[in-house]
Amino acid sequence: METSLSYFLGIDYPTWWFLIVGAVFAGYAILDGFDLGAGSIHLFLKKDQSRRIALNAIGPVWDGNEVWLVIAGGALFAGFPVAYASLFSAFYIPFMLFLVLLIFRAIAIEFRSKEEMKWWRNFWDIAYFIASNSLSLLLGVVVGNLMIGLPLDERGNLVGSWLQLLNPYALLMGFTILALFVMHGIIYLLLKTEGRLYAKLRILLNRAVLLFLSAFTLASAYGLYTYPKLSDDLQNSIYFWLLPSFGVLSILSIPQWVKRRKFILAFISSALGIALMLGVLAFELYPVLLYSTIDPAFHIDVYNAASSQKSLGTMLLIAAIGTPLILGYTAFVFYTFRGKVKLDENSY
Amino acid sequence: MDVEILARIQFAFTVAFHYIYPPLSIGLGLLMVIFEALFLRTGNRQYEQLARFYTKIFGLTFGIGVATGIVMEFEFGTNWAVYSRYVGDVFGSALAAEGIFAFAMESGFLGLLLFGWNRVKPWVHFVATLMVLIGSMFSAVWIVVANSWQQTPTGFHVVGEGLNARAEITDFWAMVFNPSSVDRLWHVWNGSFLAGAFLVLSISAYYILKKRHLELSKKAFKIALVVAAVFSLAQAFSGHSSANVVAKHQPAKLAALEGQYEDSDDAGIMIFGWVNQEERKTIGVEIPSMLHILTHKERGRDTILGLNSFPENERPTAINAIFQFYHIMVGIGFTLIGLSLMALYFWWRGRLFEKKWLLVIFVFSALLPQIANQFGWFAAEMGRQPWVVYGLLRTSEALSEAVTAEQVLFSLILFFIVYLFLFLLFIYLLNKKIQHGPEDLAARNYADAPKRSIKGIVS
Ligand code: HDD
Ligand code: HEM
Ligand code: HEM
Repeated sequence: METSLSYFLGIDYPTWWFLIVGAVFAGYAILDGFDLGAGSIHLFLKKDQSRRIALNAIGPVWDGNEVWLVIAGGALFAGFPVAYASLFSAFYIPFMLFLVLLIFRAIAIEFRSKEEMKWWRNFWDIAYFIASNSLSLLLGVVVGNLMIGLPLDERGNLVGSWLQLLNPYALLMGFTILALFVMHGIIYLLLKTEGRLYAKLRILLNRAVLLFLSAFTLASAYGLYTYPKLSDDLQNSIYFWLLPSFGVLSILSIPQWVKRRKFILAFISSALGIALMLGVLAFELYPVLLYSTIDPAFHIDVYNAASSQKSLGTMLLIAAIGTPLILGYTAFVFYTFRGKVKLDENSY
Repeated sequence: MDVEILARIQFAFTVAFHYIYPPLSIGLGLLMVIFEALFLRTGNRQYEQLARFYTKIFGLTFGIGVATGIVMEFEFGTNWAVYSRYVGDVFGSALAAEGIFAFAMESGFLGLLLFGWNRVKPWVHFVATLMVLIGSMFSAVWIVVANSWQQTPTGFHVVGEGLNARAEITDFWAMVFNPSSVDRLWHVWNGSFLAGAFLVLSISAYYILKKRHLELSKKAFKIALVVAAVFSLAQAFSGHSSANVVAKHQPAKLAALEGQYEDSDDAGIMIFGWVNQEERKTIGVEIPSMLHILTHKERGRDTILGLNSFPENERPTAINAIFQFYHIMVGIGFTLIGLSLMALYFWWRGRLFEKKWLLVIFVFSALLPQIANQFGWFAAEMGRQPWVVYGLLRTSEALSEAVTAEQVLFSLILFFIVYLFLFLLFIYLLNKKIQHGPEDLAARNYADAPKRSIKGIVS
């Protein structure tokens, strides 16, 4: 598009919108990250009472968290329709699976405690566990593929089978994100629990931190070794050193915070860790959104994928009005339900 | 089968399934707000009991509504990539606004609504319920705006050519207030209120027949009856004005709705009938001249075009289906009016709850608005064919190029199985909630709520 760009504070609209979409995805990862993570350890909690407490810890907020995904999807569609169209048609099958998993997870949370029967609860517990783990894994696979790029043709369509998306690097990234979310979820649960359950979660947390560190190291090493694109970036820009280093530092600080029972700080550290990891992705990409491994001319970037400047301007206004509202009532809900979980007749 | 047909079936199936739930959520939302308002005003805990009971059912419909809605949000990208590129500039902003303003609001307050009963003061809870209602009504706004733009596009210009062509917004408010959006929004809201009201009527009638929760159910029945009467009457007017918009902006759709093949200077409307597509004619019971009168056209002078006047590739194909969907919807509209007026009459005569047969009808009445809501959309969407954006982009050109028939078939089967399972679960749990009935609150009070306060908001 040969249109001239509009600017706000010296930054052009497509870049603003890139930042917004990125921020919403980061918000999604931080918020839904903890309830996905809480789900990932569900089967490790053995007693029905513990499982109910874990579910009710996320009960009042998980739906609000998931809305961030909806907003992120909407924001991508609105700002970069070309990227939205290519991304979701390229990932057709994985995405359909993703959606089915989301459905099962939502339904499992809602329906698990509606019956007393043991088989009923077991069924939903397993569904919830599998869905939570696979969703985090799939999200990581997407992140991995965005890092290394996709074989996109000149119309932005994926060339070849979608199975190539399950390459080793993407899978390693999948495990990294999974471990990250598990850690994040456990910290959230620590805030919400007491007694034996709490003690058990502390042990699980240490394992999750280790798991994350090993997965992250492996993924990075493999990526740098296999993809020149990634190692070149490391040589060219200091940010590729800084962002991951701070991310890892932030996560290393978690066991310390937990030892001192500063759970909010631990939670903030893991949230920061997630944000910084996604920051790496953003730096890797910008100004490209979808990197074509076939020909640089086929890259889908923030300029050739963007909606019109006018439309972006309108939506910047919408976002500016909407963001404080969302943050306001999200904060209110979290505040109302703060503190340890107590089960009552409205609980799951 | 080719990708196009499959993709259309898949989209239609998933969105129709989704649309079982939003109208219930919106409609129950309205009734819960009324119950809670009455509780706050009168202090009568029976209203609280009702509100709590319907909150549980609402939780069920809302949960499935959300789960199936997320599928829709991404299906534009997965199935209709070309369409998404074409309309993204216009359509994306409506969808983004929906997420930011509506979904965030409803799901944020949903937590308070479902889990907050013992945590916050009754009036705060009332506000939360109201916000959820407003949020869900707002989500209808944006999605209906987006769909209406697709029916009657305005406020844009087309940039680029061929495969790279796309619509760009020139006037945001002209896009939002395109010719059909306001009328259709009312129609969708009304339809949702009817879905909620008739569900409450149905459940209450069932309890009354079974002689359970009598006092409560009679209260709920009367309140829902008033809502049903108001909105069923309103629905006829709103349908009428929607039809006028169709007459003005989508003449080929109007001809399909009425099954008219010939041009006419004095067109009537069919009460019911059958379209013979081979012989290109429609037989049935007709009220002469009525279409001219209803669309404010001058009889004998203004011509209403029949299907024959449109080239084969510029009019819908499934005429009989469109005709039947439309007529069943309208038929149900008048049935709902009749039912509510009759019940009001017996109420006035003080014999409402003695009429067993009427209560039996009401038990089943919850299905009617559901069917009308579904068929209304079918008529509107199939009548839009062969365009996906009316007059601009053909459905056949809007597909994802990268997606194959096998993939679509796979996802269609997948969703069919999953949704069937969801639906059975929904019915099972709905029935269970109804059999369980409203919780007795007599033994409860607020003293056992945790003692916390931020300036008296959180109890
Ligand atoms: C009456 C209006 C209406 C219509 C026509 C639609 N929906 Fe819907 N949708 C709602 C009204 C609604 C609703 C009332 O807001 C929800 C929330 C709970 C429910 O039961 O339905 C909902 C949920 C819902 C969600 C989940 C939101 C959340 O997480 O809270 C999404 C992403 C969508 N919808 C998207 C769509 C799309 C893309 C549609 C069109 C193809 C669509 N809906 C048709
Ligand atoms: C929720 C109620 C809705 C129902 C029941 C419904 C029903 C349908 C049906 C039956 C079709 C297939 C038409 C055909 O192939 O002949 C269809 C197609 C489609 N609808 Fe809807 N629709 C609904 C809402 C919406 C909304 C709100 C939008 C957009 C904002 C939308 C966008 C589309 C698109 C893009 C297609 C695919 C292209 C096409 O077949 O025309 N629909 N819908
Ligand atoms: C009483 C007589 C009724 C009339 C004359 C009427 C008229 C119409 C018309 C003309 C349309 C097509 C609008 C368009 O394509 O732009 C429509 C659509 C629709 N109708 Fe009705 N309707 C009536 C009753 C009802 C009832 C009782 C319900 C549900 C309870 C209902 C639900 C719908 C829905 C959901 C749609 C699709 C959304 C839309 O296009 O507005 N209608 N109706």
